[in-house]
Amino acid sequence: MTHETVHAPAASREGVRLYPVTVKKVIWETDDTFTLQIDLGALGDTFSFLPGQFNMLYVFGLGEAAISISSDASESGTLAHTIHRVGTVTSGLAQVKRGDVIGLRGPFGTGWPITAARGKDVCIVAGGIGLAPLRPVMYAMLQERTAFERIILLYGARSPLDILYRVELEEWAKEHNVEVLVTVDRGDSSWKGYIGVVTTLFSYIKLDARATVGYLCGPETMMKYTIDEMGRRGLAEDQIYLSMERNMKCAVGFCGHCQYGPEFICKDGPVFALPRIRHLLDRKEL
Amino acid sequence: MHTENLTEILRQHPFLAGLSETHMQVLIGCASNVRFAEGAPLIHEGEIANKFYLVRAGRIALETDVNARGKIRIQTVGPGDVLGWSWLISPYRWHFNALAVADVRAVALDGECLRKKCEDDRDFGYEMLSRFSQVMERRLEATRIQLLDLYTTDPGARV
Amino acid sequence: MVILESTELNQLLEGLTSRGYLLIGPTVRSGAIVYDEIHSAEDLPRGVGDDQLPARYSLRHRGDAMFFGYGVGPVSWKKYLYPPRLTMFRATRAGKGFTIAPGETEPRPRAAFIGVRPCELNGIFIQDKVFTGGPYVDGAYKKARDNAFIVAVNCTESGANCFCASMGTGPGATKGFDVSLTEVLQGERHYFTAEAGSPRGEEVLGALSARDATEQEEKAGLDAVARAGSSQVKRMDVCDLPQLLSDNFENARWDDVAKRCLACTNCTMVCPTCFCSTVEDATDLTGVHAERSRRWDSCFTMDFTKVAGGNIRPSTRARYRQWLTHKLSNWMGQFGTLGCVGCGRCITWCPSGIDLTAEVDAIRGNGVHA
Repeated sequence: MTHETVHAPAASREGVRLYPVTVKKVIWETDDTFTLQIDLGALGDTFSFLPGQFNMLYVFGLGEAAISISSDASESGTLAHTIHRVGTVTSGLAQVKRGDVIGLRGPFGTGWPITAARGKDVCIVAGGIGLAPLRPVMYAMLQERTAFERIILLYGARSPLDILYRVELEEWAKEHNVEVLVTVDRGDSSWKGYIGVVTTLFSYIKLDARATVGYLCGPETMMKYTIDEMGRRGLAEDQIYLSMERNMKCAVGFCGHCQYGPEFICKDGPVFALPRIRHLLDRKEL
Repeated sequence: MHTENLTEILRQHPFLAGLSETHMQVLIGCASNVRFAEGAPLIHEGEIANKFYLVRAGRIALETDVNARGKIRIQTVGPGDVLGWSWLISPYRWHFNALAVADVRAVALDGECLRKKCEDDRDFGYEMLSRFSQVMERRLEATRIQLLDLYTTDPGARV
Repeated sequence: MVILESTELNQLLEGLTSRGYLLIGPTVRSGAIVYDEIHSAEDLPRGVGDDQLPARYSLRHRGDAMFFGYGVGPVSWKKYLYPPRLTMFRATRAGKGFTIAPGETEPRPRAAFIGVRPCELNGIFIQDKVFTGGPYVDGAYKKARDNAFIVAVNCTESGANCFCASMGTGPGATKGFDVSLTEVLQGERHYFTAEAGSPRGEEVLGALSARDATEQEEKAGLDAVARAGSSQVKRMDVCDLPQLLSDNFENARWDDVAKRCLACTNCTMVCPTCFCSTVEDATDLTGVHAERSRRWDSCFTMDFTKVAGGNIRPSTRARYRQWLTHKLSNWMGQFGTLGCVGCGRCITWCPSGIDLTAEVDAIRGNGVHA
């Protein structure tokens, strides 16, 4: 199916126009992952995004990083990005404080095809920081909860301390009829939840293979194992969507860095229907 | 518990799917319903392994003590899973601790009794071994993926 | 079709300078043909010829007075349409925030490209698709492109590394130029057959009041171009090429070429269609002024596919495969054409003399066919 995509506001069709935006709040989710809440200011009138899209966030003089948007798409005026501090630019973003100004370009890329999931069960499988690009699609679905049947979230984190959005996970489970299963790779004696890789969670939910759509986001290896597991449980490939990641520099398909076979992840992705990239997943050093 | 109820419970458990009626009768003879409250231990590392469990509800964590790091929980099993195969493999001793982390309902099978039945009836023995092999294979695959530490946040991690 | 005698070529160039165009054309520099600023036909390398083989390039004296008696050098027109370095914006701190100003403050002059070979013209068409054919448009490229007046020169001789005929990109240009020239040197006669390919080309050529070509003159030009085509020794077998490379991701030939490839990036630098770039952000010492610039990059560098957690293509094998598969396979899906124009530069400038036509033949020979 063709993907829903919105492009950056017309004024920045070249994709190089940077907008200064103000940081409203910084929330540390784990000891190396934080969420920036951003006030779009004047940009709020024209900026809109689809769950699954990303922005390029700019730190003055340091550079840009491609970060998925992890806020509610129906809330105009503000934006949130959950960021893992791992390199120069993300370390720069980690030092940003309330009131500081950063640069923003976007939104870019394809979004999760929510229309494909209407009337069906949705099984979201998130690994690590992969939950961040999936949060907006959860918000969108919960805003029309009855348009979807079961909503299942299988979430794997490294350890209990690395679990993102804990309060929201509970809220989704308690108040929005979402089946939330969280597992960690290892826990200490205070952890009473599941322990094991996220694919082990499939044995605790019974999927109706013919009527389930899957949204996957996490390390590529984790997504491959999840696809195998979903296949074992009867899900057809065209029911599965995944968000891919590559080195992003220009975000508009010019610099060539994000190529994945013939696909530019910045504009043909990051969300792909599995059949389109199935043959690429097994290729080493692609 | 009535034997018929136990039979129904065993028939519905995924681990025994497709088991012949004859073999089912062998198992029932060694089965009993058990419950463990949250926090209760099931297995102690080093002890003789004479049981295995078909989990019906709840969650059990495998735990071990790592010097200076304290107690680390490395795996859980839940409804539909089977816990414990050391009863089948010499020296028949547990290698981990296991405790209930949520109220557990399970069927306990007498390992020593079943081991003898496996030796007496090779068909039954093969049936048990092949089912456990599949569980071990899945568990091993999952453990290997766990080993990859895919969510590591160490940017310099090379291996 | 009209005739310009060899002595009249400069009138064409003067016509362009009088219309405000900066002339860019072939010159000799450091032993190679390099496109640079010229002022008249006198600056053209008359009587210069070149010899190109895998990993070999040298200039020689032809012993005649041909203006365009050589092939393409290491510099392609992409240098002028898609500069190696471009300042994208300048940022200045202002309070808690910053202001952004365009990077290029001086307008680039309109350029007339003198001597664009048909393969190069096709390279420009390909980059047109990359930079202006998608949902986003590179404004700087489009501006330079729209302003560029193209004087194409059809090839009447082929180099040993040329394979434009098999790629369908030469040795004659059929469209997309403003003016095209074919140089004919026969005995005493030395002239150009010239035709316009656009309204502004018609205007410039028309102002020269050149006489119409005779049938013989026209034929002499066309024959020379045809001979250039039929004399080419290298050819790329393009039959099902995208599918061939897509099906042979693990072909043993990649291991073989990996032993020879140095990942030096020469091929990507000289290729007229390669477009990968990177961005660099820098501040001055005060930290008040910042600048982002775009510069050419190459998929052969170690850094090219860095992601958090490592490098996707650490081996030379993977990187060479990426380059060739992109150019001859993925490109089709991305832009609707192959990415190669058969100019042979990558063969000439590869220190190991790797010949991509031979690599394709080898994969065809031993590979998986759907």
